Amino acid sequence: MSIEIRNIRKNFGSFSALNDVSLDVPSGELVALLGPSGCGKTTLLRIIAGLETPDSGSIHFHGEDATARQVRDREVGFVFQHYALFRHMTVFENVAFGLRVRPKETRPSDAEIKRRVHELLELVQLDWLADRYPPQLSGGQRQRIALARALAVEPKVLLLDEPFGALDAKVRKELRRWLRRLHDELHITSIFVTHDQEEALEVADRVVVINKGRIEQVGSPQEVYDHPSSPFVYQFLGNVNQFQSHIHQGEAKIGDVGVKIDAHHETQNCAALAFVRPHDIEVFKERQGDKPVFEAVVSYIHAIGPLVRLELKRADQEELIEAELTQVRFRELGLVQGEHVFVYPRNVRVFLDKSA
Amino acid sequence: MSSAPISQHSSYHKKVARSRATSEPIWIRWLLIGITLMFLSLFLLVPLAAVFTEALRKGFDTYITALSDPDALSSIKLTLIAAAIAVPLNLVFGVAAAWAIAKFEFRGKSILITLIDLPFAVSPVIAGLIYVLIFGMQGWVGSTLIDHDLKVIFAIPGIVLATVFVTFPFVARELIPLMQAQGKDEEEAGLVLGASGWQILWRITLPNVKWGLLYGVILTNARAMGEFGAVSVVSGHIRGMTNTMPLHVEILYNEYNYAAAFAVASLLALLALVTLALKSFIEWNVERNAQQHEQSFN
Repeated sequence: MSIEIRNIRKNFGSFSALNDVSLDVPSGELVALLGPSGCGKTTLLRIIAGLETPDSGSIHFHGEDATARQVRDREVGFVFQHYALFRHMTVFENVAFGLRVRPKETRPSDAEIKRRVHELLELVQLDWLADRYPPQLSGGQRQRIALARALAVEPKVLLLDEPFGALDAKVRKELRRWLRRLHDELHITSIFVTHDQEEALEVADRVVVINKGRIEQVGSPQEVYDHPSSPFVYQFLGNVNQFQSHIHQGEAKIGDVGVKIDAHHETQNCAALAFVRPHDIEVFKERQGDKPVFEAVVSYIHAIGPLVRLELKRADQEELIEAELTQVRFRELGLVQGEHVFVYPRNVRVFLDKSA
Repeated sequence: MSSAPISQHSSYHKKVARSRATSEPIWIRWLLIGITLMFLSLFLLVPLAAVFTEALRKGFDTYITALSDPDALSSIKLTLIAAAIAVPLNLVFGVAAAWAIAKFEFRGKSILITLIDLPFAVSPVIAGLIYVLIFGMQGWVGSTLIDHDLKVIFAIPGIVLATVFVTFPFVARELIPLMQAQGKDEEEAGLVLGASGWQILWRITLPNVKWGLLYGVILTNARAMGEFGAVSVVSGHIRGMTNTMPLHVEILYNEYNYAAAFAVASLLALLALVTLALKSFIEWNVERNAQQHEQSFN
């Protein structure tokens, strides 16, 4: 089922949690709402579920206005951040709950409920825990039971609030791959909230970056990572070097170095922020023809793992530049701490500083 | 090979160190325990024993006769009626109030909480007087009631009203912190899964607070049966009609009928003992559940 969100606003007192948010989620997609804590992403998820009412705007399910629809009539599955399993019920009863509370006419028979619950428990690979109580489960197990419980009512939409937030790093990685596979199997329209960019980029079909109650960018993980549409998105998705610069007719002046950029050809002398990802920083021992390079000194080398991280101190300023090289390239150069190098920013992205 | 004895040794040392660091010398411990026990015996156990000895001083037959006296039976009946009405009323009210306060945000919430506590703050005698002022002969609605031939003051309805007022806060007070601590995640989960408000109440909220609820009910019941002040004001002390057990004890005592007075009093004392036993049972149960949960977390 597709979801259309139209001009949603929500205030809590004087705090504006969501400010004119519109978003389309096509049927069958797995979408991540990504943003720092307090950006309004969970509020948006709760509004879609009907647990929160928007001050204005509307929600459409499959083209139909569902804004006034009761939570229980929305056919959504919701996985809570802290799972919210019913602590006095067994795992089996937790999963069966959504079926048992149905009115008599639509309630499946006990045998049918039993079959369905065991099917779901097998799907989440926890059939052997059916008689346990939630406090006896590990975090990852609770998470999967919560998911099975949400799926039991055959929702048209699956909403997950920070689904991996409370788990340790290893379980988190396992579970997010598992969620991706599960989604590929079930093809149910799913939206999950996260503040972890790595998680969003790895799992989602599309990433919605939210900041301060507004959507900053919507796109595939590739798009938002490679072509961030705002300084916020650039900084939020992965490491980035930020430079103060001036734009003049398609050239960005960073310190004394002028870098040609393929934009802002008409701009006359305007303050701007320039961004370069650490892996787009090339390091040389000598000047490379007329390539615009910074002079810098290697101040720190962190060589553990597949990538070597360098901290470089610009000669013309106190600013540090972070660079990432492959081990091969690093060995080729044979860099040592304190060495003088030349740095070329391969891929510079510039945003005009409108406040200046 | 060599690591095992070392670790044993060190854990032994740890134990000794801990007990030395955190506990008092033996004589101080025994002194504290002794003082506590003496205090308890002097102010609780001796009076309790006295009640039962006095009640049985003239033999078991006299005891039974005193209790089967029509006025005594009537007072027992009235006490049970008052409790039977007050406890369910306050159970329903307490759950409703706690649910509203713990699970919803609304204006005037703090005022509501203060109001629930009012019966704790007001002297029971004042509570009784309030009802006399409202429903009595010279009261606000007294004449209307007389016109319709309804008696509230110096009758059973007044006694029930006073009892309900005094026992008002127990259930709600017990449940509010419990429900607040549990949050409303489970209720929201139920809602999304399609449960109605009733289903959420019966299947999620109440099972989660059952022990607290039972505890509140027991306290309410104990207070409802033992209330003296408020009931005394509205009762009128009509023997065989508007006397509850505590009032009956007072009358018998004032008539120097000690054996009968203590016989009825022994019933109230028994009630107190049963209440205490139930209370410890519940606390033991809650603790055991908590321990089980803790164990499974580790």
